[in-house]
Amino acid sequence: MLRSSQPLTGPNRKRCREDEMLLGTVLDEGERGFIIDTRSAQAAKQARMTGGGTEPKSSYPQWKRLHRPLERGRPLQESFIKLVEACNDTSINVDRWLSRLESSRWLSHVKAALSTACLAAQCMDREEASVLVHGAEGTDTTLLVTALAQVILDPSCRTLEGFQGLLEREWIEAGHPFHLRCARSAYSHARLKQEAPLFLLFLDCVWQLSRQFPFSLEFSERLLLTLFDNAYASAYGTFLCNNEKERRESTHSLWAWLNQPGEKKKYLNPLYSHNALVIWPSVEPQSIQLWQGLFFRWIRSSQYLDEAWAEIQQLVEGN
Amino acid sequence: VENVRLLDRLSSRKAALGTLYLTATHVIFVENGSEARKETWVLHSQISSIEKQATTATGCPLLIRCKNFQVIQLVIPQERDCHDVYISLIRLARPVKYEELYCFSFNPKLDKEEREQGWKLVDLSEEYNRMGVPNNYWQISDVNRDYGVCDSYPTEVYVPKSVTAHIIVGSSKFRSRRRFPALSYYCKDNNASICRSSQPLSGFSARCLEDEQMLQAIRKANPGSDFLYVVDTRPKLNAMANRAAGKGYENEDNYSNIKFQFIGIENIHVMRNSLQKMLEVCELKSPSMSDFLWGLENSGWLKHIKAIMDAGIFIAKAVAEEGVSVLVHCSDGWDRTAQVCSVASLLLDPYYRTMKGFMVLIEKDWVSFGHKFNHRYGNLDGDPKEISPVIDQFIECVWQLMEQFPCAFEFNERFLIHIQHHIYSCQFGNFLCNSQKERRELKIQERTYSLWAHLWKNRADYLNPLYRPDHSQTQGTLRPRMAPCNFLYKFWSGMYNRFEKGLHPRQSVTDYLMAVKEETQQLEEELEVLRERLANLQKSQLNDNKVKSKRQDRSKELGLSTSNNSLANTPQEYSNDLKSFPSRSPSQGDEEDSALILTQDNLKSSDPDLSANSDQESGVEDLSCRSPSGGGCLPSEDSGKDSDEAVFLAV
Repeated sequence: MLRSSQPLTGPNRKRCREDEMLLGTVLDEGERGFIIDTRSAQAAKQARMTGGGTEPKSSYPQWKRLHRPLERGRPLQESFIKLVEACNDTSINVDRWLSRLESSRWLSHVKAALSTACLAAQCMDREEASVLVHGAEGTDTTLLVTALAQVILDPSCRTLEGFQGLLEREWIEAGHPFHLRCARSAYSHARLKQEAPLFLLFLDCVWQLSRQFPFSLEFSERLLLTLFDNAYASAYGTFLCNNEKERRESTHSLWAWLNQPGEKKKYLNPLYSHNALVIWPSVEPQSIQLWQGLFFRWIRSSQYLDEAWAEIQQLVEGN
Repeated sequence: VENVRLLDRLSSRKAALGTLYLTATHVIFVENGSEARKETWVLHSQISSIEKQATTATGCPLLIRCKNFQVIQLVIPQERDCHDVYISLIRLARPVKYEELYCFSFNPKLDKEEREQGWKLVDLSEEYNRMGVPNNYWQISDVNRDYGVCDSYPTEVYVPKSVTAHIIVGSSKFRSRRRFPALSYYCKDNNASICRSSQPLSGFSARCLEDEQMLQAIRKANPGSDFLYVVDTRPKLNAMANRAAGKGYENEDNYSNIKFQFIGIENIHVMRNSLQKMLEVCELKSPSMSDFLWGLENSGWLKHIKAIMDAGIFIAKAVAEEGVSVLVHCSDGWDRTAQVCSVASLLLDPYYRTMKGFMVLIEKDWVSFGHKFNHRYGNLDGDPKEISPVIDQFIECVWQLMEQFPCAFEFNERFLIHIQHHIYSCQFGNFLCNSQKERRELKIQERTYSLWAHLWKNRADYLNPLYRPDHSQTQGTLRPRMAPCNFLYKFWSGMYNRFEKGLHPRQSVTDYLMAVKEETQQLEEELEVLRERLANLQKSQLNDNKVKSKRQDRSKELGLSTSNNSLANTPQEYSNDLKSFPSRSPSQGDEEDSALILTQDNLKSSDPDLSANSDQESGVEDLSCRSPSGGGCLPSEDSGKDSDEAVFLAV
């Protein structure tokens, strides 16, 4: 699986031999590959006007392009804000709640992200074909897809250590601009242009996987919540800045802290058992639920669920 | 009929070829070729509707919808055969006499005494004694011993000590269907009680001395409170409209010291339509998130569930926190009243959250108090306007509570699903007819078997591993949040999408934890035995070694592992519009579990009721993972949707 940003085809349909060669070397003679473009076909076409574009079939004959538009940027932030508002609104009547939830479109975004990641995974696992994922910049929805696809495909990404490695590779080193994206979160009036909760969307998708495959992830929901917190405000430098170049070395790593034996056990899933297979989630609407642990975190007590987890922990440890 | 195809609901391309059989009690589809001889059995009692769709090139489609939410799509090659099957099923799914029902032929090979014992498992007089009655405030009355006062009530009812037969009879004449106020639940801690009845025949101004005396007596049976709540579970408008028909509700002016309250749960027709709409959403092919959420909201189903729950919470609060007794009624006092009383009891008393207690609860508030099982769930062919998912809603309320309080119930989701299944299956005699009177006339207990005994025998499958009698969640009253709790009600896909394997987690956490619990227990017992031995023997060194090796072998024997094999699943269709590679079947690759637990004991010799219609959590996973079909897909089966000629029959 490869990732990149959009090719700079531009309005004059520029070509680039080196780029074509690079992609050419990935595939053997007669093999085909898939390009998953996270923009709609129309948006991708329009990008040409501003110097971007898509890979033309003639120049990249072995690659088939698939468009799977995923929301990003302002609309995604608005979706997030709307959802949080809905969750906080104590005046909603029960017979309006679902439509309010729906109008935020957050769950639709979760469904789309999971579906696209599954598609990428399917190309690789079932079609045994290589996949190139890109959107426009290659820093947002691209990373969402590649990271999620790896959780689906690769059991080592589902261990605590492996997941941290995945985050390092696919989000931090890959240059997701955390500083811009995770600036103020949902309550701020600032409505910053560059703000967008892609990372949260990723965590939500991982949470959906943990619900559908309760035994397959070594880490618990608590880790996901901690990561969410730290992406926005952290004592550690892991999610600081926008890319490797900007990041200074003079901060402490979140991973170092999390991995201490005392801390680590808080983030483990007591039901975990290594699953060597690919985990294919259901993306039917019934299978996708609102992440109550995050969105209602401060609204209602999780006491009863926490007690249940404590019971589970005890049962498993007692054994 | 041979060469019939059974289609997969989610993927029209995947189909199994086999033979269709019709017996006196079941429809059976046996798949060709597979070594496992995969079978799908459907009881006629479960069939809700049959739809014959227009013939296409591939055959004649037949859609069978079941009351347990299973949907079976068949394609029969010859139109003639399809028509025959259709006509036969219509007749078979609409029995006219009780004797046609499965429970009268079902034979689990138990002897007469065992059958009797089975019926004795749940004993209501024991239950009332457990509650603390009869006592100084409550007495048992046999005024209805020949069903002379109210034919839908049981022969034994509990009324306040001061109430005479005359008062009961008088009150019964002033109540719809003669359903006078009687005790449903008594709280011995504070003498508050929950009583139930039907609506008074008050019209605009009628009064009845005995009825007023009855309510007064109920109030006085609780010395700790100087008033009585009267809760009418109907919407105010409906109750008021009833007055024009000579019925209505209690006037606070006429009844001393009552506080009247409307709670507003809709009637059976609204509920029937609500369920219908929700099932339509479930039948959508590849719905978007939007389609689903809008559809669900539009059905209003969760709103109704919440209404029932809120009523139960109100009553539980009145009893537990205010120490005030409550009289509950709706119109006839056998639908909403049953729902609300049983939810309230469940919240109040931890006993009803145990397996046995739950069976007792249903026996008390539903079976004995004359909930019209036959009319509501269509045991026999009857008026479609009487059909309504009343007990289904109650069962869902319990599930919603289980989701909120995972440690509070001794039983698990599977228990609820199986109970719902058997309410419709008519495999056991508990839920036949409309009243105790009718059941006794038919001699149900001598001619059929009790579901409770059956479930009890298999109780290991129904336990909740997180339940501990000494856990804080299991003590005292459950207090679900009332507001803001809109979002706490989830869609119960385990029930309404029960047979869609792809939707559910592959492996059951419940089963895994139960296995862990069992193993731990066994190991601990073993440890005890060995400890004792250790204490007795002289040569501690030698025995130490023996102990260690024994323990290791044991856990291998028990084979406790969540081994990966059982998690194999296949991807669903993630790319609906994609033509570049063949669409995959949704996660249906696994073999279905062999016959459900219910059939795995000695019932195998008689007709298994649910084989291959297994639910996810039976824990007996087939380890093979069929690879999805490659290029040779069957042509699209969407033909049924295009025609206008679907012949639709609601049974």
